Amino acid sequence: MVLWELFTTFLVIGFVSFGGGYAMIPVIEQQVSSHGWMTTQEFTDAIAVAGMSPGPIGTNSAIFVGYKTAGLPGAIASAAGMVVPSLIIVIAVAAFFYKIHHNHWVKAAFYGLRPIITGLIIYGAIHFAVSNGVIGTMSAHTVIALLLFAASLFALLYVRLHPFFVIVLSGLVGIAIYG
Amino acid sequence: MKLSVIYWHQQTRGDEILKGQQQWKLLRDIFISFFKIGPVTFGGGYAMIPLIEREVVERRGWVKSRDIADVFAISESIPGAIAVNSAVFVGYRIARVPGALAAMIGVVLPTFLIVIALCVLFMQVHDHPKVEAAFQGIRAATVALIAYAGIKIGKTAVLDKATLAAALATTAVLYFLHLNPVLIIAAGALTGIALVRIKQRLGLQVKLEHEETMKYKYKDYFIGDGI
Repeated sequence: MVLWELFTTFLVIGFVSFGGGYAMIPVIEQQVSSHGWMTTQEFTDAIAVAGMSPGPIGTNSAIFVGYKTAGLPGAIASAAGMVVPSLIIVIAVAAFFYKIHHNHWVKAAFYGLRPIITGLIIYGAIHFAVSNGVIGTMSAHTVIALLLFAASLFALLYVRLHPFFVIVLSGLVGIAIYG
Repeated sequence: MKLSVIYWHQQTRGDEILKGQQQWKLLRDIFISFFKIGPVTFGGGYAMIPLIEREVVERRGWVKSRDIADVFAISESIPGAIAVNSAVFVGYRIARVPGALAAMIGVVLPTFLIVIALCVLFMQVHDHPKVEAAFQGIRAATVALIAYAGIKIGKTAVLDKATLAAALATTAVLYFLHLNPVLIIAAGALTGIALVRIKQRLGLQVKLEHEETMKYKYKDYFIGDGI
């Protein structure tokens, strides 16, 4: 039953959603693809729409995927899946382990976790780049995509442009070029 | 950072007022406080932090100013969106499990509705040629957003040769073997513990954290800015 699948899939994702924001996108994408709910390109569009909405992008993407797959019940199932781990773990920590973030072994665990998540995101970026034509056989389209990618990254890194505006501006450029 | 002692079970305000009508009023207040915060922040949970602080510490007085940094630090380490984690944390602190639920629903509900609305809108218009053209541009930008998240986390993650090797190895493994990333993340925590023990055995100094993450800063935390 697809609602249950949505719930459990996002539940698992929710438990490993370290890093916040776009860091979790590659994990969600892998699960979404392997369940056949969306293609990578469709999911990229989903992230863009999710990024234009207020709120955490991981949860927003989950809602989008759920809605597209199974309507409103699907959206509720996937959203519930994403937030239940937060509920459980935060309550557990608040009730019993509030000093846990100073624990030496917890810090050690994060010491290993962070580079692995970094590697995961790098892989994700490559995968998304290939699926969306930023990397690939040379053509006018690829060159434009590559330039847009570079410009967006520059804007994020050095101009500190907010992601919302990066999305909107790239959309306008897209209309200007392809519209 | 000096950790102030937080006496959870002696927390006076929460335990005193958990009675009857006052409990419902409190839950309603929690719900409303977090509901208000939800819709105004774009770009991700970290943008909500100053808003949560202003509401919960200054306006409502539910959490003391010296404790709120701890709340955020802990919420940041727990998987999931920091906004949701912080909301659940504060909600639990004030009114136990019902408070946690009220806060969670409050913070998720508005963005849930907005996303659905955008989703419906998108599904109506996405075949329109101008919309498709726009998204061709947006897709390239989205790749940049993901790359940016990687760079930000990379700065706090890659501290020495061991972590650099771990990051590159992960990318290679995922690229060539297509293992399930969820398993790899789970392995990540164990890897960290293993690496630290090995280094200590070898007598090497282990720098566990990027210095900057020890000071809490508010700006520019919207995309995976360190775990």
